[in-house]
Amino acid sequence: MRLLEYQAKELFAEYGIKIPRGLTSKDIKQGRKDAQELGFPFVIKSQVPVGGRGKAGAIQICHNQDEFELKYPQILEMSVKGEKTRAILLEKMAEIKKELYLSVFLNRGKRCYTIISSSDGGVEIESVKNQVIREIGLGEIDKQVAEDVAKEIGLEGNSVSDFVDFLQKLSKITIEKEVELAEINPVAVLDDGSLLALDGKIITDDNANFRHPELLKYQEQTELEERAEKSGFSLVELDGDIAVVGNGAGLVMSTLDMLSDNGGKPACFLDVGGGATEESVYEALILISKMENVKGILVNLFGGIVKTTTVATAFIKAYKNKLIDHIVYARLKGAEAEKSKEMLKNTQTQLFDSVEEAINAAVIGVRKNA
Amino acid sequence: MLSIAEILQGNPSDSDYNKKPVIIQGITGNYGSYHTQRMLEYGTNIVAGVTPGKGGKKHKNIPVYNTVKEAVDATGSKISIMFVPAKFFLGAAKEAIEAGIKLLVAIPEHVPVRDTLELLELAKKKDAIIIGPNTPGVLIPKVIKLGIMPASPFKLGNIGVLSKSGTLLYEISYNLSEAGFGQCITIGIGGDPINGTRLVDAFVMIADYPNLDGIVVVGEIGGDAEETLAQHVIDSNFKKPVVAYIAGRAAPKEKKMGHAGAIVYGNYGSAESKVSMFNKANIPVAKRPGEIPMLLAEKLKQSD
Repeated sequence: MRLLEYQAKELFAEYGIKIPRGLTSKDIKQGRKDAQELGFPFVIKSQVPVGGRGKAGAIQICHNQDEFELKYPQILEMSVKGEKTRAILLEKMAEIKKELYLSVFLNRGKRCYTIISSSDGGVEIESVKNQVIREIGLGEIDKQVAEDVAKEIGLEGNSVSDFVDFLQKLSKITIEKEVELAEINPVAVLDDGSLLALDGKIITDDNANFRHPELLKYQEQTELEERAEKSGFSLVELDGDIAVVGNGAGLVMSTLDMLSDNGGKPACFLDVGGGATEESVYEALILISKMENVKGILVNLFGGIVKTTTVATAFIKAYKNKLIDHIVYARLKGAEAEKSKEMLKNTQTQLFDSVEEAINAAVIGVRKNA
Repeated sequence: MLSIAEILQGNPSDSDYNKKPVIIQGITGNYGSYHTQRMLEYGTNIVAGVTPGKGGKKHKNIPVYNTVKEAVDATGSKISIMFVPAKFFLGAAKEAIEAGIKLLVAIPEHVPVRDTLELLELAKKKDAIIIGPNTPGVLIPKVIKLGIMPASPFKLGNIGVLSKSGTLLYEISYNLSEAGFGQCITIGIGGDPINGTRLVDAFVMIADYPNLDGIVVVGEIGGDAEETLAQHVIDSNFKKPVVAYIAGRAAPKEKKMGHAGAIVYGNYGSAESKVSMFNKANIPVAKRPGEIPMLLAEKLKQSD
């Protein structure tokens, strides 16, 4: 899961990485109390799970109460790259001499953890220049390695020992919380040479959630995503009008691509998992019936072992129970396709031999009904 | 390291050539039991199962042992396929490698990456190959099926297929078979961020495969496995036809698309990045799975 800035900073604080004084609120009433406690000036920061907040105007300096009353509600209502503000962090500002970049992440290509650091922080990682990169195996960072990195990015004096401290604590978080990315960007170098984590980004391994009940409070799921997870499905909600269902992540992605190529707009990505059964397809239709923007359902199943008649039974049951009234455009590859077609003859389901045909019919059909 | 062909098929002089003995870890579970049956039907020589606490019994007439070591000692098998829940994956996988397994096919999905990384350190020391986790498995048509894939899409031939995705492996192999391009080996790499055998490793494993006419690479968004593979094709000056497909062009950024590894951050892991590297390596990329056989036919014609 991806933690919001204030959540990442909670972890930083827990591990002893220095952060600015700050308070988090979700409404202006609490915000006013926080403002009073902190005292002006401070920064108002939108808490969203995406980058690019600065450019979007979702981080602003606030000098007095009048500004606060104006800016707090504005930022609370703001979306950044389609992500709504989840909370507001008010944070004290610091006198900054320099901004560094520091992260520890799971390096997929090298199959190990890796440090990236730079003396040019404060911009997105793609634009970070003079990167110092160190592979660190399973994530342990000894003092010597940390000192070498500090010196390579040009730190001196007490900044070096602070940096070593930051890096070793980041390593500890990475190992203990099973993190895929722990990033501090920027790390501020203050006038006295000490360091401060001005921002924080942490992405943890969802597959390790079962070992980390303490992180579950950070998990953010819509009702539908939660239900999907319980059924062992993967669901990504999108903003189009054709629900895309299939078995296997690759196949569903591929169907999404082809639908988009043909001018269709996917309403969701729904992977019912490698196999497909009557129950799993029926449960998928239940989830889709709860999505308001759906005007048609595109189903692409590569059965192989599964009989298509099993899946057809799920469609018939869904219509009978008035679960759905949309047209289902389905390509079912697997045994007994002819028999399935016969079964579905008088229903709202259209069966196709190829996914290309199913997609064409779905795009035309949904446009006609729009 | 032993080559994958050697482990899976052996040499024609071996008494068990094309009948290499296989162990199933988690044979008595629902899932393991179901796929054991399917693999037996395909002709895979399953000689032992392992389920702690059920040793001494038989399952589908196959002897069950409490530990992998007992199973290996009794059968001499070097191949194991695992159907154990993700939570118990690391322990079971380490046990297999310690017991002398040289090829471990790791079916479980949702294995924490730290566990995979830890297993890989051991596998490296013990000179073992891990396929997966989160893989559909490995199949050599008419010889051996080590995985959960349906048998019907695969036909014997001279094309190697490597895929991150399971169902796309079936879909594209089916398309190839229909077009007359059978396969000599197909390997599912798995959809996780960390793969025991990376796309490029699998490519190297099959590059010298006997009778290989060409390789089909089925990639998807996330990571840089496809880019690394394309670079390898350039660097090794690989002459046989390679064609590719990439799923996930229309996927939103920073969203996990079903597979733990299918996620784009900025340009890292994007379809554009992969397609552009494939272009550089002169590897045509299909727009849809159905286009693969045509692209392959064109490439084969050029190389004649």
